Amino acid sequence: MNPTFASILTAGPELVLTIGSLLTLMLGTFLGQDKALKPLTYVAVFILAIAGWAVLKAPAETVVAFDGLYIADSFSAFLKVLILAAAAASMLLALPYLGESRTGRFEYPVLLMLATLGMTMMVSANDLLSLYVGLELQSLAAYVLAAFHRGESKSSEAGLKYFVLGALASGILLYGITLVYGFAGATGFDAIHDVLAGQGERSLGVLIGLVFILSGLAFKISAVPFHMWTPDVYEGAPTPVAAFFSAAPKAAAMGLLVRVLVSAFGPMALDWQQIVVFLSVASMILGAVAAIGQTNIKRLLAYSSIANIGFALVGLSAASPQGIEALLFYVAVYLAMTLGTFLVVLQLRRADGEAVELLSDLSGLSKARPALAAAMAIFMFSLAGIPPLLGFWPKFAVFQAAIVAGMVPLALLGFVTSVVAAYYYLRVVKVMYFDEPGVAVTSDGGRTNGVMIAAAALFCSPLGMLAMTPIVAAAGRASASLFLR
Amino acid sequence: MLLSTMILLPVLVAVVLVSLPGVDAARARLLALVTTVVEFVLGLMLWQGFDNAGQAFQFVEYVPLFEPYFAWHLGIDGIALMLILLSVFLMPLCILASWESVQKRVPEYMAAFLIMESLMIGTFAARDIFLFYVFFEAGLIPMFLIIGIWGGARRIYASYKFFLYTLLGSVLMLVAMIYMVGEVGSTDIGVLSTHDFDPGVQFWLFLAFFASFAVKMPMWPVHTWLPDAHVEAPTAGSVILAGVLLKLGGYGFVRFSLPMFPDASAQLIWLVLGLSMVAVVYTSLVALVQNDMKKLIAYSSVAHMAFVTAGLFALNTQGIEGSLVMMLSHGLVSGALFLCVGVVYDRLHTREISRYGGLADTMPRYALLLLFFTMASVGLPATSGFVAEFLVLLGLYQTSSWATFVMTTGIILGAAYMLWLYRRIAFGAAAADDTRAMPDLSVREIAILLPITAAVLWMGISPKAFQEPMKPAIASIVARLDGRQLATVPTDMTLTPGLPALAAPAAAAEAHH
Repeated sequence: MNPTFASILTAGPELVLTIGSLLTLMLGTFLGQDKALKPLTYVAVFILAIAGWAVLKAPAETVVAFDGLYIADSFSAFLKVLILAAAAASMLLALPYLGESRTGRFEYPVLLMLATLGMTMMVSANDLLSLYVGLELQSLAAYVLAAFHRGESKSSEAGLKYFVLGALASGILLYGITLVYGFAGATGFDAIHDVLAGQGERSLGVLIGLVFILSGLAFKISAVPFHMWTPDVYEGAPTPVAAFFSAAPKAAAMGLLVRVLVSAFGPMALDWQQIVVFLSVASMILGAVAAIGQTNIKRLLAYSSIANIGFALVGLSAASPQGIEALLFYVAVYLAMTLGTFLVVLQLRRADGEAVELLSDLSGLSKARPALAAAMAIFMFSLAGIPPLLGFWPKFAVFQAAIVAGMVPLALLGFVTSVVAAYYYLRVVKVMYFDEPGVAVTSDGGRTNGVMIAAAALFCSPLGMLAMTPIVAAAGRASASLFLR
Repeated sequence: MLLSTMILLPVLVAVVLVSLPGVDAARARLLALVTTVVEFVLGLMLWQGFDNAGQAFQFVEYVPLFEPYFAWHLGIDGIALMLILLSVFLMPLCILASWESVQKRVPEYMAAFLIMESLMIGTFAARDIFLFYVFFEAGLIPMFLIIGIWGGARRIYASYKFFLYTLLGSVLMLVAMIYMVGEVGSTDIGVLSTHDFDPGVQFWLFLAFFASFAVKMPMWPVHTWLPDAHVEAPTAGSVILAGVLLKLGGYGFVRFSLPMFPDASAQLIWLVLGLSMVAVVYTSLVALVQNDMKKLIAYSSVAHMAFVTAGLFALNTQGIEGSLVMMLSHGLVSGALFLCVGVVYDRLHTREISRYGGLADTMPRYALLLLFFTMASVGLPATSGFVAEFLVLLGLYQTSSWATFVMTTGIILGAAYMLWLYRRIAFGAAAADDTRAMPDLSVREIAILLPITAAVLWMGISPKAFQEPMKPAIASIVARLDGRQLATVPTDMTLTPGLPALAAPAAAAEAHH
């Protein structure tokens, strides 16, 4: 077969997404603004499903395409399934919200699909250049999404803030890439790996390049100290967009970070381990402490996502196949927890029709809407990592990996911060269950969202532990494929 | 299958209670009562089927469900059997005690208690270390809700304190557990208990487990969550807290600390005995000055738990056996005392001791039962408390006579605060007209208290039925501890036959092995 044609076939999911996004864009323009949103969303979800099917049908062994720019292995497949599922959920959950607001435009699913394309590219990147292209495609779509309420100053501010800081991070990343290219003489991950493995002593230039690349990527996963944008963007962006930001892009950037560090900079593990440990510890501590004072749910969830990234990074800092397996497991469960939480928030309306933003709006929810409150309580206890809820096990897995790698102090610190973090998750439960009803809360989120909440809650509940074995096994295969070279 | 049934049945009923729309308060109460009674019957079947001379662990179930992290692995020895029996015995009484006093969100309340019940049974029955941890920790969630939703005025503070205190202790234990499993390569508690860890490592592992169990126990100085939680929890919540949840700490020491870290246990007895001695004197004195009945009993619980730790760390058969009997006895007696407080609280809605008085005249039946449980708490012969305290002191005397001396003063102080409490409540004149007007016990309340009375008497007069199943388990723990280098603790008063009275301490210690 012609190598280019074979490469295109290997990149089947991306091909589906590319054609699909162009198709939906055209369809939307022809159908017109007002009626296009709903049918297009369903079409987009269908296209994502096809892409997911393409991912699952692909052969299990590792295939490199486009002269080493692109790689398809178990690792990318695992993350792609997560990303596609999270993106589809983000499309669906936005429907009731966008239907009500004046900015319910058909571009939403199209932009989401473009971002998804970028994300699948990110986890399949096998070269610093394809990495950058994927990252930028995702980021550009994300900037627009953050400012999707273009009439609202808060949303525009969020978009602008995100764009300026994101552009800075991209610049830093690009600078790092040039440094690495200059000192290692290659941009392909395998080539960099070979050069670094062959070197007797560390090249300072590569080290500085690595630090720059790590900084740029840390911005994307919002790890401390590159987290400043997160609470503001979450608060300002429309809630469905915040839900999207907290889920799929985190998984993609995390996968990208793992692949760069393990595949390309594997021989420098001792160097980047220290940096990752610092990012992890700082994120866990800041995420736990800064969330305590928050009154806005979206800001609270932003800090929660920072803390969760810190926990997931514990797995990476172990720098072992077991650690990566734990990290992938963490990401999978985290997506369900965070999307579920945002879904509950989206489901609620105050009596005056405004969206629920403040924690106090939830007071007495257990009386008004017992099922929703129970689902939210499950998500909160799960995020806090209390067994037997599923959220406990990924934490367990990353800390186990750290302890096996001899990082007992890191695990101890992580567990202690998880106790601190438990305080603010408990606060949400307290507001819902212990406080008397305050503002009347009604719900009109629609049936689809209700079903998604129920599914996510079931997954995070103790019953979800039954799903643990296959997920961990898949994560184990994914992690093994990364270390296989 | 019996154990799995006992664990899963309450959870299923709880799900039914909160999810079916037709469940009103009356039905929820009835359904919960029926379930807990069925659980009690299943518990009796467990006791009946338990072979005292048989294998160490019986009713073993193993299903590799949650690979790769842990497995559904259950099994009980005599110690677990007795504690499970205590739980299922107290549960129906708790449901009955809440029959009228809880009117708010009854189905949820009953569901929380049922979930509590299965988690407690699961904790005692788990043979997989992480399965144990899951049950151990999961109990925090229903208890948090019980205190927070149905508790008193400062319930939110108390529920947070309870949750975060115990969680912090537990995560340290979890780190140690993960380390141990990594070291041994098995999550089976049986395998872990026979593995000899390096004594230096044992020291840290012991401390990590100690952090969790000492909080759960609770030992001085990390006991402060207990009075708050007790005072704010509803009556039945206090009963479960005192009756069963406090036993988790002691159970943890018996199941994990002693057999898994025998060297560290032997080296650190000074720590545990020291804390126990402080606890018994300090909390007894604190109990003396309480104005709140529940708080007084809560502090007395801390003092009794100090007996448990002291007995366990006497590291000999009598001490451990005494501690286990003490756990059972305290579960019954303090549960009954909280129920007694609940009885008058339901009538007068205050726990101020000074608001009562003269109940011996106005509520004779109540006064009689309260007197009985007061005496049982003090440790009067023929009640279960006596058996427990006597065995603990007997065992402790062989290890440290000074510790025994201090612990014995705790008994005297205990008699002081309990009798004074009884005097203020039952004797003298009624504090006010509404105190005088309180009706005596209803049939339901008598039905709650009488079974406990019978159990306390049974355990006090003929404890053999309770001790016999535990003997092989205790023997295996003592065998693990045998020959470990004990830390030197002051033992001047020890009688050492065949040696001069003023033998050197080393020689005195030597004589014990």
